[in-house]
Amino acid sequence: MSETTHDTLAGNAERGEPLQFHETTEHHPETGTLLGFWIYLMSDCLIFASLFATYGVLGRSYADGPTGMELFDLPLVAMNTSLLLLSSITYGFAMLRMQANHLRGTMVWLAITGLLGAGFLGLELYEFNHLIHEGAGPWRSGFLSSFFGLVGTHGLHVLFGIVWLVTLLFQLKKHGLIPENQRRLFCLSMFWHFLDVVWIGVFTFVYLMGVLP
Amino acid sequence: MSELDLTKLIFGRLTLESIPYHEPILIVTFVMVALGGLALLGFITYKKAWGYLWSEWFTSIDHKKIGIMYMVLAIVMLLRGFSDAILMRIQQAWAVGDAAGYLPPDHYDQIFTAHGVIMIFFVAMPMITGIMNYVVPLQIGARDVAFPFLNNFSFWMTTSGAVLVMASLFVGEFAKTGWLAYPPVSGIIKSPGVGVDYYIWSLQLAGVGTLLSGVNLLVTIVKMRAPGMSLMRMPVFSWTALCTNVLIVAAFPVLTAVLAMLALDRYLGTAFFTSDLGGNVMMYINLIWIWGHPEVYILVLPAFGVFSEIVSTFSRKRLFGYASMVYATVVITVLSYLVWLHHFFTMGSGPTVNSFFGITTMIISIPTGAKVFNWLFTMYRGRIEMEVPMLWTLGFIITFVIGGMTGVLLAVPPADFVLHNSLFLVAHFHNVIIGGVLFGMFAGITYWYPKAFGYKLDPFWGKMSFWFWTIGFYFAFMPLYVLGLMGVTRRMNHFDDPSVQIWFIIAAFGAFLIAIGIASFLIQLVVSYRRRDELRDETGDPWHGRTLEWSTSSPPPYYNFAFTPRVHDMDAWWQMKEHGYKRPEEGFLPIHMPKNTGAGIILAGIATVLGFALIWHMWLLAGISFLALLAVAIGHTFNYDRDYHIPADEVAGIEANRTRMLANHV
Amino acid sequence: MSGSNDHHGGDMPHSTFKGYMTGFVLSVILTAIPFWLVMADVIKDTGMTALVILGFAAVQIVVHMIYFLHMNFQSEGGWNMLALIFTSVIVFIALAGSLWVMYHLNVNMMPGLMKEYG
Repeated sequence: MSETTHDTLAGNAERGEPLQFHETTEHHPETGTLLGFWIYLMSDCLIFASLFATYGVLGRSYADGPTGMELFDLPLVAMNTSLLLLSSITYGFAMLRMQANHLRGTMVWLAITGLLGAGFLGLELYEFNHLIHEGAGPWRSGFLSSFFGLVGTHGLHVLFGIVWLVTLLFQLKKHGLIPENQRRLFCLSMFWHFLDVVWIGVFTFVYLMGVLP
Repeated sequence: MSELDLTKLIFGRLTLESIPYHEPILIVTFVMVALGGLALLGFITYKKAWGYLWSEWFTSIDHKKIGIMYMVLAIVMLLRGFSDAILMRIQQAWAVGDAAGYLPPDHYDQIFTAHGVIMIFFVAMPMITGIMNYVVPLQIGARDVAFPFLNNFSFWMTTSGAVLVMASLFVGEFAKTGWLAYPPVSGIIKSPGVGVDYYIWSLQLAGVGTLLSGVNLLVTIVKMRAPGMSLMRMPVFSWTALCTNVLIVAAFPVLTAVLAMLALDRYLGTAFFTSDLGGNVMMYINLIWIWGHPEVYILVLPAFGVFSEIVSTFSRKRLFGYASMVYATVVITVLSYLVWLHHFFTMGSGPTVNSFFGITTMIISIPTGAKVFNWLFTMYRGRIEMEVPMLWTLGFIITFVIGGMTGVLLAVPPADFVLHNSLFLVAHFHNVIIGGVLFGMFAGITYWYPKAFGYKLDPFWGKMSFWFWTIGFYFAFMPLYVLGLMGVTRRMNHFDDPSVQIWFIIAAFGAFLIAIGIASFLIQLVVSYRRRDELRDETGDPWHGRTLEWSTSSPPPYYNFAFTPRVHDMDAWWQMKEHGYKRPEEGFLPIHMPKNTGAGIILAGIATVLGFALIWHMWLLAGISFLALLAVAIGHTFNYDRDYHIPADEVAGIEANRTRMLANHV
Repeated sequence: MSGSNDHHGGDMPHSTFKGYMTGFVLSVILTAIPFWLVMADVIKDTGMTALVILGFAAVQIVVHMIYFLHMNFQSEGGWNMLALIFTSVIVFIALAGSLWVMYHLNVNMMPGLMKEYG
C-alpha cells in the first residue's frame, strides 16, 4: 500500500500542480456513429470472407454439372460492373452536393444512384433466372451453391442499400440536410462503396477466374 | 384439398403431434414451468408492476439496467442448462450394463445439445455481455454506451434466441446433433425435424444481438473514455472488454454465414455441406471453428479482466505488470485466430497442417501463463483480504491452471488422436469454462453487486456457494479425465462396461454438490435482499476500489457521473482518494441523455415470431412478420427525437441526497 | 442511435470532385484491363492470368478504399485504419487458412477426387 502511495505522489510532484479530477463543463464525447458503422462494415466483410472461402473450396466441385466456363456470360458481368461503378461515382456526386448544402442536387444524384443500383439488381436477377432455367440452380452442385450464396448475398446487400436509400430520400425530403441526415448519407455512402469493393472481389475471383480453364 | 393447403400455409408443419405430450418428463417440466410462469405473471399483475417493468426496464436504454437484465437472463438460463446437466449425469451413472436408464437416446441427444448451446450462448455470453455492459461505461467515466437504443435492441434479440430454445422444449424438439450441429447429421436427410431449425434460428437471432452489442461496446470504449484516460490508463477489465468485443465483431459474422449456409442446405436443398453433389462437410467444421475458437477467448478474456480488478483491489496493490497484462490480452486476441484447426486434428489435414496448428496452440498458452504470474505477483506481499470475490479468484487460478495444462496436452496432435472425442476433452473444456468463465462471472457478480444494488451480498452464502461449486467441480470432472483416458467417448447414453460406472457415480455426486452451490447462490440473493439494511453500502466504495466505478454512488444515478471525471492515473479513483478529492456539491449542469424506447423489444418480439414461423415452415406468418419487422425498423428511423436534458435541479437534488447519505455514514 | 449528440457533421471527411474523379477513372481502367485480359485471352498461361487479375483486383480495392471510402491514417483518430488492417489480417487468415486446410484435407482423404481435378 505504501509503495503505491509513493508512486503516485512522486508522479504528481513532478508536475507540481494540483490535479483537476473532474470536468467543470458539460463534456461531449465524440460521436461514434461513423466509427460504429465502419466496424459493422468490417464485420460484414467477414461474412463475405466466409462466403469467398466457401466458394474457394467448392468453386470447382461441379458434380458433373455445368462449369463456370459454360455458364458465365462475361459481357453481362461487364455491364453489371459498369452499372455498379457508375453508381459509386454518382453517389460521390450526391455527397459533393451535400457538402455544398444543396438538398435538391443531393436527392437527384441519390435517386440516380438508386436507379443504377436497381439496374444492377435487375441484371443479376435476369442472370439468376436464366441459370435456374438452364438447370443450373443453386441445388445443382457445390459450385453453384457457393456461387449463388456469394453473389446472392452481395445482391441482397444491394437490395438493402436501395431500401435504405429510398428511406433516406423520404427523410431528406422531410427534414432536409440536418446533421443526422448528413451522417446517415455518409453511412450509406460507406455501405454503397463497400459493396463496390466486395464486387471487385466477386467479378475477379468468381467470374473472371471462373471462366479460366 | 384447398382446406389442407390453407392449414399448411398457416401452421406449416406444426400439428398437435408436435407437442411432446407422450413424454412424461417433458409434461412434468411443462406443468412446472407453466405454473411457475403463471405464478410470476400473477404476482406481477397483483403488484401492478407491468407499467413499471415496461417503462423502467423493458424499454430502458440505461446500460446499467440492460446489464442487469442480461444477468437475469443468464441466471434463468443457467438453471435450465444445469437441469440438463443433472439429467445427463443421472442417466450416465444409471445406464450401465443391463440398465437402460430413463432417457431414450432420442431424448438424451437433445439434452446434451441443448445443454451445450444454452450454456455457451445463453448463459456465458449474456453473463459476459451483462457484466461488460454494466461495468465498462462506469469504469471509463462515460454516461452510457455509444448507441443506447442499439444496446436495448441487442439484449432483446439475445432474449429472443433464448425464447426459441425454451420453446423447443415444449413445441417440437431440439437438435440432436451436439452443440455445433455438424453436418451431415444436421442436414435435412439425417435431421428432417424442426430441432436443427430451432438451433439455427435461435443462434441467428441471438447472434444479431451479440454482434450489435460488440460494435456498441467497442465504439464506447474507443470514443467515450473520460478525458485523460489514454489507452494505457484504461482499467484492465475495460481492456479485456475491448479485446473481447473485437473478437465478437470479427468472429460472429463467420458463425452467421456458416449457419446461413446450413439453413440454405436445409431449406432450399443447396449443396454446401452435403455428402453428395460436390458439397463439403468438412468446410462447415472448418468455418464453424474459425468462429468457435475465438469464441472461447470471447468468454474467458472478460473473466481475466474481472480477476485482474479483484486481485489488485483485495491485495491493496496496484496490478503487477499492467502493461504486460495488456499486451498479453492483445496477443491472445490475435493468436486466437490461428489455432482453430486443433478442434479437428483427426480429420486428416496431415502432419504439416496439424503441426502448424499444434504449435500455435502451444504458443497461445504463453501469454495466458504470463497473466497467471501477474496475478500471483500482485498477491505477493499484498495485504490479501479473503472476501468472497477473492475466494473465487483463488479457486480460479488453481482450477484454470489444471484445465490449461490438459489443454496443452490436447494441443499435441498425436495425443489428440488418442483423446479426441473422449470424456477427457469434455473434462478439459469444462475445466477451463467453469474454472475460468463461470468462476470469473461469480467473482464479478459478488464484486460489483453492491455497486448495482447498494448492498453487499451475504458472505456466508457466498462462501457456501464457492465451496460447493469448487469441490463439486472436482468431483464432477476429475472422474471424466480418468474415463477419457480409459477411452470412454462423449455423448453416450449407455455403457456396456460395468467398470466405468463407479466414476460416473462420483461425477453425478459432484454434479449434486454443484447443484447445492447454485442453490446457495440463489439463497444468497434472497438472504442479502432481506438483510439489505445491514449490508448496505452508503459510500459507493465498499471494497476500497481503485477504478472510477467506485467513485459514484451505489447504485449510480442514471447519468452515472454528475461531472465527467478527468483521469491522470491508471487507478483513477485510488489516486483521487489519495489526493483527498472532494466531490462537487454545487454548480450542476443539465445533463444530456437518451430517451427510453419500446422499439427494441417490439422489433425483437417480431423477430421471435419470424424465427418461429421459419422453423415451422409457416410461410404466411413468416412473410407477414418479416414485412412487419422491416416496417417497424424503418419507422423507428423516422424518429429523430431521441434525447432530452436532465434539468440541473434534478441533478442537484440527486446529488444532495448522496451528500446526506455520505454524511450519515461518517 | 445517432441522436445522442449535438455535433454538426464536422466528423465526416471532406470529399472533393477531383478525388472522386481520380478514383473513378482509375477504377474504370483497373476494371477494364482484367476483363480484357480474360475475354481476349491475352495471356495463355491460366495461372499467370489468375495472378495478374488478382493483382489488379487488389490495387483496385486500395483505390476504392482511398478515393471512395476516404481511408487514411487520420480519420477517427486512426481507428478506422486500425480496424481495416485488423480485418484484412483476419480475412487473410480465414481465406488462406481455409484453402490451405481444405486442400490438404482433400489430398489426404479424397485422393481419387483430387486426381479428377488434375
